[in-house]
Amino acid sequence: MIRPKVELLDIDLVNQIISEGIAILENPGIRVHNQEALEILANAGAKVDFQAQVAWIPEKITRQALKTVPHEFTLFDLNGNPTVHYSGDKIHFDPGSGGLTIIDSQTERPRLPLTNDLIKFVKLVETLPQIDAQSTAFVCSDVTPEIGDLYRLYLALIYMNKPIITGAFRKDTWWTMKEMLSAVAGGDKALALRPTAVFDVCPSPPLLWSDTTCQNLIDCARFSIPAQLISMPLAGATAPVTLAGAVVQHTAESLSGVVIHQLVKEGAPIVWGGSPAIFDMREGSTPMGAVETWMINSACVQIGKALGLPTHVYMGMSDAKIIDAQCGLESMGSNFVAAVSGANMISGCGMLDLESCLSFEKLVIDAEMIGMVKRFVKGIEVRDNPIALSLMQKSGHKGDFLTLPHTRKWYREEQYLPSDVIDRASYEGWKSRGEKSTFERARDRVEKLITGYQPTKITEELRQELRAITLRSAQSFGMQSLPPLPHGD
Amino acid sequence: MENELFQKMAQSVLDGDSDAASALAKEAVDAGINPLEAITKGFVTGVNQVGESFASGQAFLPELVMAGEAMKAAVATLEPEMQKRGVHRTMLGKVVLATVEGDIHEIGKSLVGTMLSASGFQVYDLGVDVPAARIVAKVKEVDANIVGLSALLTTTMVKQKEVIDELDKLGLRKKVKVMVGGAPVTRDWVQKIEADGYSEDAIGAVAVAKQVLGL
Repeated sequence: MIRPKVELLDIDLVNQIISEGIAILENPGIRVHNQEALEILANAGAKVDFQAQVAWIPEKITRQALKTVPHEFTLFDLNGNPTVHYSGDKIHFDPGSGGLTIIDSQTERPRLPLTNDLIKFVKLVETLPQIDAQSTAFVCSDVTPEIGDLYRLYLALIYMNKPIITGAFRKDTWWTMKEMLSAVAGGDKALALRPTAVFDVCPSPPLLWSDTTCQNLIDCARFSIPAQLISMPLAGATAPVTLAGAVVQHTAESLSGVVIHQLVKEGAPIVWGGSPAIFDMREGSTPMGAVETWMINSACVQIGKALGLPTHVYMGMSDAKIIDAQCGLESMGSNFVAAVSGANMISGCGMLDLESCLSFEKLVIDAEMIGMVKRFVKGIEVRDNPIALSLMQKSGHKGDFLTLPHTRKWYREEQYLPSDVIDRASYEGWKSRGEKSTFERARDRVEKLITGYQPTKITEELRQELRAITLRSAQSFGMQSLPPLPHGD
Repeated sequence: MENELFQKMAQSVLDGDSDAASALAKEAVDAGINPLEAITKGFVTGVNQVGESFASGQAFLPELVMAGEAMKAAVATLEPEMQKRGVHRTMLGKVVLATVEGDIHEIGKSLVGTMLSASGFQVYDLGVDVPAARIVAKVKEVDANIVGLSALLTTTMVKQKEVIDELDKLGLRKKVKVMVGGAPVTRDWVQKIEADGYSEDAIGAVAVAKQVLGL
């Protein structure tokens, strides 16, 4: 059986991109604004200018890192089941993250998100079978910004079972977040053995590791908590305008991350991920819905696979401001490209407006797209042999397939059965159900799913521990109490 | 013991397993169980459960249709015993079904037939491309309560009206309710030809049939 797959680069181009990426680490080298990382690189034999904070990494160090980096790893849900496999061409989806605003379901316009919004979002992700992992989707505006990152994780952990893709905004809050994950897992060793979370670490284009993200990268390696490289070249602004050129920069930045990471701890899990985009030459924006953005992402995945690393992309998003036709067409195109590229984790569902806004309604619409693209990549399977000859000879000209056990046996595997977000009724049927638009049907489904959410098995003791960790951190930043959780939670 | 058998009967319908349904019906006859009880306490329970699952989006047309088929198989097996005992299943009504003349679309009409029959209607399905005269003759012959007319083309939809006119001519219109269906059929059309009921899909047809008979 053929698994539908797209590759945009031929083998010569793959090799050339990799060798140019390696060569860039030698000259002009990589900027590293983190003392510890510079020392690690210098000790390994890289030429380092501590004053200018630049490291020139020889090819053999890079090649060595590529030898020790794991080709795959597994994420576990909070019940200890292995559910996400960063491996081969397996694909998984999680919502976009780091949103600043949320679309208000009533006004259909963005506003600042609050604690209750994130809880609702986490619950929604739990109930959507198409979505494989949680993300710390947006920062709640009702807590002090210093704990924005860890507060997201705290809320997620008490409402979720699925693994989570997260990230820290500061060096010290990473440790608080690690403390939470460790509390849930039952210690640092248990967390390393059965990781439940991945930390995004983002180099800044071009070729810079900021102090904070570099420290997060080092700390993840040290504790064997999976790190996900999010290199984000902006083709035409902070990276070469050619698509291949942007991929070269992504390769160089990602390789530098792999090197630092593996020098800290050989064999620690790390993901070849990213959020590259083109630069829009009219608006000066970063369009995630642009076809070229999809192409750069697809090519970056191909490079990651050629190097034998697990892969990730930020795709499935739209730049539209409301849930409209543009929102649908960009998200679907992007999800399709990501899926047939075989990215292990595809982050982005629920997100719009240039990677800045999330929507409950978009999330449930995107879940349908994900259901469809997951079906697509499963390909066309042969269920019987002969395929249909015996069946058709038996049935003759009766056309009674709906009544045959064969239909009942296979239809759920052959067909992706969408929820009523997708309208396939007759015109009269659609009319009798209230002539609802996609957005209205999505809004209905959000409410239905939230009502059906089942609380997780988290113990009261663990809840209290997580709240105490969060409160302690909030108080250290001058915030005396946390927003109350909804009644009954 | 009996309850266990009734549960198995319901399950055979849920599984859409006609062979099992038939075998269980025979088992009931051999054990001397009242065939009417086997239907109402056993098989019908299964049909109702499938209907509920369908309404809540957990079951789909294949389960629904196969449940109907299993129900049919069970009733057919129980039929001789019912005759022997001189008992009759109380049917909700008699329905003559057909796709109108010039139209060969079968699936929607057959689905309606399966649903109605599984819900306790006596269904006479005349098939496709059936002339008005034959439909009306059947209505007269079986003293039908409802006639169901399917048309999938705007060009054949007018034949629904022809059947109604035909019923009028023979003085049968007041005795039989007319239900129409098919993709081009709208509420406006239903009013225009003065039909009694209409459903946009096969599942809704059962409720409409009950409604037009005042059940």
